[in-house]
This record gives sequence, structure tokens and C-alpha cells, in this order.
Amino acid sequence: MPADSSNEAQESTVIRFTEKIGRGTISAIEVFGHWGVLIGESVYWLFLGPKLKQPVRTNAVFAQMMEIGIRAIPIVALLSATIGVMLAIQGIHTLRTFGAESRVVVGISLSVVREFSALITGILVAGRSGSALAARLSTMQINQEIDALRVMGIHPVRYLVVPSLIAMMVMLPSLTFLSDLVALYAAGIFVSLDLGISQAAYWSQTIEILSVGDLWHGLGKASIFAVLITLIGIVNGASVTGGAEGVGKVTTRAVVQAISAIVVTDMLFAFVVTR
Amino acid sequence: MMTELTADTPLAIEVTGLVTHYGPRKILNGIDFDVREGEIMVIMGGSGSGKSTLMRHLLSLEQRTAGTMKLLGQDVAELDVKGRTELSKKIGVAFQSGALFSSMSVGENIKLPLAEHTKLDDLTQDIMARMKLEVVDLAGFEDLMPSELSGGMIKRAAMARAIIMDPKILFCDEPSAGLDPVVASALDDLILKLRDAMRMSIVVVTHELDSAFKIADRITVLDRGDILMCGTVDEIRGSSNQRIQNILNRRTEEEIIDADEYLARLTGTDYGPQTDTPL
Repeated sequence: MPADSSNEAQESTVIRFTEKIGRGTISAIEVFGHWGVLIGESVYWLFLGPKLKQPVRTNAVFAQMMEIGIRAIPIVALLSATIGVMLAIQGIHTLRTFGAESRVVVGISLSVVREFSALITGILVAGRSGSALAARLSTMQINQEIDALRVMGIHPVRYLVVPSLIAMMVMLPSLTFLSDLVALYAAGIFVSLDLGISQAAYWSQTIEILSVGDLWHGLGKASIFAVLITLIGIVNGASVTGGAEGVGKVTTRAVVQAISAIVVTDMLFAFVVTR
Repeated sequence: MMTELTADTPLAIEVTGLVTHYGPRKILNGIDFDVREGEIMVIMGGSGSGKSTLMRHLLSLEQRTAGTMKLLGQDVAELDVKGRTELSKKIGVAFQSGALFSSMSVGENIKLPLAEHTKLDDLTQDIMARMKLEVVDLAGFEDLMPSELSGGMIKRAAMARAIIMDPKILFCDEPSAGLDPVVASALDDLILKLRDAMRMSIVVVTHELDSAFKIADRITVLDRGDILMCGTVDEIRGSSNQRIQNILNRRTEEEIIDADEYLARLTGTDYGPQTDTPL
């Protein structure tokens, strides 16, 4: 009967849709569970590793800090300076409508320190180091290097995850602080040239406006971004299937997920902290 | 020369009733398997027979559904983190792909277990790594990166890393796969040398019949998750089991296909006999 077959088709569509939601929910719970396990195991190896005569490798932490932090300084500085100048241009242009362009320092200093530095640094590090982490882990997984570590009695979390996590948690806030300074300095130069305010007056206003809380707001977010970038890179890298194509897929996915997570977390953090 | 293996020779590996599933699919159907100290056990079987899965279980890289597994007299399931780490020092593995760390030089790869599990200084580690490289005929290659090595050299470097801690059990996954006959034969000789010189128990997973017959003390033939036969080279060669003979003679199993049943399976319908319609 045509009516019956139409009902059956509708029913099967509903069932398929429900199944899809169910599978998606289970996958999401699995991912969060995986994050929890990774954090738990990282803390375990960080504190109990030395007791088990398997400490986290300090050399690896420094190597990762070099890769994640020091080598990212030029690009972070360049983009931070650009953001600082861009905020100054837009701020002066907007405030000129009300004849209040001298108040531009308020907008620049608060938005740089509370928002833009952490965000732009997080996005840059996600693109640079989050993708590298996912690519490295997935290649190691495909080449059986992770299995080789396990059978040698070397826990992959201690050997690979903890150094990256520590390095990321130290270097991302550090880069964010650097970004604060560079963006404010670049904006200061533009403001001085455009409005004729002296550098000393600009910095004096900036320091007066900013509180320690504003600084911590940005650095706190950067620490959360560091954890997110590392976990997303590792979970994606470890879930690779297939060969080179699989590595490409998980690397792209890691970057997209990390940037999305950073933007959403940024908004939630700002909402919660400003209530 | 090797020591005579007898029924009294202690067991290095003892697996009882090993069952494993991948999702709903049963891969190993209650495997009983043992390897004596100083014995070379070759695991053979066709693709999908479960030999790689068995190997991964022996290396504790998979969770089993049922069964027990003892390595060097220790029940693996009962070991804590420290116990597992201690056991891993007595086990060496040469993976099929080599699994050398691409970011490290050959020397650093080989030294890694020493660096992680011993307090030896760098110089001593270097000396030991060079000694093992000499054993596998790769002396002077310690500063090269894995990407600069040929397939046979990667396998030999992996072997050097596997024996750096002088393990009691050595696992080799397809050691001669993809190598030319001369290099493959040299690797077989190396495995024999390791057994004789260091009295290692060695488990080799391989497809290569010549290699298996050359090195094996016993051969275990797996088929569809079951052990078809376990015996000496002569016992395996003399077996009248058709499936074993198919493997030895590289013949595929003959299947009589019912066309109607086949079509019904493909279409998912009760197709039934279609005598008038030519297929």
C-alpha cells in the first residue's frame, strides 16, 4: 500500500536520525572521556613517574618549549603588532565620530590584554603546534612507533603527551604576554603619530587603565587554550586510520577543532568571568 | 650449538584458552600455545588467520576476552605498572615495519631502552649500541637517520634495538618480508645466532616457508582463529591435513559455490533456483 510504505519511510528516517544523534552523543562522550583519561594519566606520570623511576624527560620538555614557544615568537610578534595597529586605527576612526578619540587607549589596552592577545596567540599556536602534534602522533601510530614504545615499557603518555602538555602550558601564556606587550607598543606608536600623544602619556594611561585582573584574564584563557590544543592534537593523532591520507585528515581536523574550541571557550570564559 | 629442548625445559610463554573479539567478530577461538626457553617458535597461517592478533596479545597490545597468558612465569593480567615495566625489559620486539623513531638517529633508537630503563652513562650506552649494531652487521651506521636506511637495514636496526637489553624473549614480526633472498637468509642466520648465543626464546611470525623451515624448532599453524597444528618442521611437512598442505603448497582452498545461494546472499533476497535464467 502506498500510504503504508510512506509511513514506513518516515519511520525509518526518524529512526536513522535518532541513531545518528545517539552515535554522535556517544562519540562526544568518548572524546571527553579520552580527554579526562589523558589529563589523569599526565598528572599521574608527572607526579608519580619519578617514584616509579620513569620521570618525565626534561630534555623533551625543553625541546617542545623551543618548538612551540621560541620558534613562534616572530610570527606572534608580527601578528600582534598588526592587531595592535588595527585596533588603534578602528578605535580612533569610531571614536572620532563622538570627538572622543583621546579615549582610544581604554579600548586598545582592555581589548588587547583581555581578548585579542590570547585569542590570536591561541589560534596561531593551534595552527602551528596543534597540527604538528596531531601529525607527529598519527605518523607514529601508523608506523607502529607507539606500539614500540609500549612494548619497551615506555608509557606513551609519559614520553609524548606530558612534555607537550607542560611545554604548551608554559609557552602559550608566555607568548600571550609577549603579544600583549608587542600589540600595545605597536598601537602606542600609531596613537602617538595620529593623535600627537607622547609615548610616556600613552603608557601612563595604559598602566592606569589595566589591572592585574585584566592581565590574568588573558593569561588564564591562554592556559585553558593550551590544554585544549594539546588534548585535541593528541586525541586526533591517536585516532588515525589509514596511511598518509589519514594523517592529512586528522591534522586538518585537529586544527579546525582546536580553533573552534578556542573561540567557543573564549566566549564562555568572557561570559562567566564578567557576570 | 643450541641446547636440546625437552619436555622438562621451562616454558617462557604459556597461553591458555585465549579468546578475543573485534566487536562481534571472534578472532581467536581459545588458543593454547607455549614456547620453551631457548626455542624458536614460528607462527604461520594465511591472511586473517589470527597470527598478527596472537602476536599483539603476546605483546599485551590487545585486551583479551578470555584466557590466561604467562610470560617468564608471570601472569601478565596480574602485573601492576611496575611489574609490566620490569617484564618489558626482558622482552624485545622487532616489528614488521621496523618502527624506528623517525626523529632519532639509528644509534639513539637503539639506545632508547637503555636510556629509559638503566642508569648507564652516555659513553657506555654508545658502546653497547655499537656492539649490537655489529651483531646485526650495521657497524658504523649509528649516526644515520632511519630514512637513510634500506628496508633490510631498517629490519636489522630494529633487531639491534630489540636485543639491546639482552631480552629473554624476542618477538619478530615478518622479519624477512619484502627482502631479497640473500638479506632474508642473513636475517634467518642472525635469529639462529641469537638463539644459540643468548639462549633466547624467539617467536617469529612469518609467511616465508623457506625461512620458517630453516629456523623453526616448532611451527604453529593458525587457521581462522584456531591452531590447526603445532609440531616440528618434519611433523608439519608430513601432515596429511589438507589445509596445512594447502598452506605449504601455496594453494587456495577449493570452494564449491552454489550460484543460487551466492546470488541470494548478494541481493539479500530469497532468490531461489532459477533454472531457466542463465547466470
